Amino acid sequence: MLNSLSYGLLLFMLSSGLTLIFSMMGVLNFAHASFYMLGAYFAYQTSTYLGFWPALIVAPAAVAFLGALTERYGLRTVHKFGHVAELLFTFGLAYIIEEFVHLLWGRAPVEYRIPPILDFSAFSIYTTQYPAYRVFMMLVSVAMLAALYLALTRTRIGLIIQASLTHPDMVEALGHNVPRVFMTVFAGGAALAGLAGVIGGNAFVTEPGMAASVGTIVFVVVVFGGMGSLAGAFVASLIIGAVQTFSVAFDYSLASILTGMGVQLDPESAWYELWKVTIAQAAPVLPYVLMVLMLIVRPKGLMGTREG
Amino acid sequence: MLEVKDLHAYYGKSHILHGVHLSVRQGEIVSLLGRNGVGRSTTIKAIMGQVQSSGSVQFKGEELMGKKAYMVARKGLGYVPENRDIFPSLTVRQNLLLGQKGRKESGRWSMEDMFNIFPRLRERAEAPAGVMSGGEQQMLTLCRTLMGDPDLVMIDEPTEGLAPKIVDQVANLFDEISKRGISILLVEQKLTIALRISQRVYVMGHGQIVFEGSPDDLRANEAVRKEWLEV
Ligand SMILES: Nc1ncnc2c1ncn2[C@@H]1O[C@H](COP(=O)(O)OP(=O)(O)O)[C@@H](O)[C@H]1O
Ligand SMILES: [Mg+2]
Repeated sequence: MLNSLSYGLLLFMLSSGLTLIFSMMGVLNFAHASFYMLGAYFAYQTSTYLGFWPALIVAPAAVAFLGALTERYGLRTVHKFGHVAELLFTFGLAYIIEEFVHLLWGRAPVEYRIPPILDFSAFSIYTTQYPAYRVFMMLVSVAMLAALYLALTRTRIGLIIQASLTHPDMVEALGHNVPRVFMTVFAGGAALAGLAGVIGGNAFVTEPGMAASVGTIVFVVVVFGGMGSLAGAFVASLIIGAVQTFSVAFDYSLASILTGMGVQLDPESAWYELWKVTIAQAAPVLPYVLMVLMLIVRPKGLMGTREG
Repeated sequence: MLEVKDLHAYYGKSHILHGVHLSVRQGEIVSLLGRNGVGRSTTIKAIMGQVQSSGSVQFKGEELMGKKAYMVARKGLGYVPENRDIFPSLTVRQNLLLGQKGRKESGRWSMEDMFNIFPRLRERAEAPAGVMSGGEQQMLTLCRTLMGDPDLVMIDEPTEGLAPKIVDQVANLFDEISKRGISILLVEQKLTIALRISQRVYVMGHGQIVFEGSPDDLRANEAVRKEWLEV
């Protein structure tokens, strides 16, 4: 339960930034998960010199800075060539970041560890142990998201951002520097991804493949929740987080369930192999199955407003 | 105050404005008239720097051509678009706040002024702007732009689709704006309020100015009205 919640919130830290950037610029940023990976690697590097706590601040700040540069000197230049060019740009950027990580830190996972002070079991329910670090991850995510919510709804810049999501030209005609707002949102989204990397990198593994594996899941979350809907991304993050966490522990197959209900399956029947696949074995594909089902039933996603 | 010379504008490959000339003096109300699709909105957008254009746009002696829209707005040009681009999920008060260019009220208009001119906005201050009627949204768009304390406002078809009673209210606001020394460039299709409140009028046809004169000149000139205005 706690694992699922902390993972779901982590997914939301990633999908919220992606969603904001998408609503504003109309571009799905393929490099978003690369910012997550950079957050983890930067945190690893910082923590070898300064320890974990400074890394919690330094790494997201460094990623935010890279995000700002990406928007200012990359996307803004490519923008005039249209959305396809922008999409390809973020795609290319994701590869560049991955190669860069290979060069600097190698292909094997790095030793980015949970700080010893948080490396104990906070409490246990029945036989399940709940690691303190999961509780910490949750606190960080909740605090960050609450801060984000307040900033968006209570501050002047937050209102300008909200208005720019739907009416950038009008906001600019009122005298607000909308290009700078775009850069701020991009940097903010990157910082959120970076922070997710800092607290996720040591809970899971920090390796060059982490961007790709998390990236596809975040993509699923955003499509499932409805492109451009923050509320949708929130619900979808929790659902996908739960599906991924619980299904791996679910050691039943359809065959065993059917047998339990008194149905005898003939081992010679054509689909027997399929029935025998356990839900745990199927876990990695479940999110994609959910996404495909959602696209069939409700193409705009859980709470999406855009068509197509 | 505003001097537009040889203005050309383009949407991609289509050439919409073919050398527009017009001017607005300090404190003056000027109307830009014409049928649908002749390029009146495009003229305003080109002045604001929101469409690709060439030529010269001088405001208070300074060249604006090539400047970004937010810079143009900060020079003191206000723009009220025809499609009532309110921010629907924000409240009426928040919409007005975003009209201000900085954190503080500093110009000729306060939020209180707006509420006094349109009491309806005070009643709906905390409601999401998107639930208001078309007329109320039109008032809000106007007031929001005024909150930015412009020296000249360009207003695109403000009376389109409004009930006659609200049209009168809007016309009164124009008087109030003008009294405070602000110039108005008004885009209209119908002649009713335009002829009543303007000092000068321009008529546009096919991306060019085809007539320039006083409201009385236009009333007297049946040929121009027949060819370029009446449907
Ligand atoms: N965004 C656009 N893209 C392409 N063409 C446009 C666009 N907006 C307007 N036009 C064309 O430009 C011409 C002038 O339009 P507009 O300035 O809106 O006229 P008006 O405001 O006088 O009704 C019309 O022929 C219209 O079809
Ligand atoms: Mg128009």
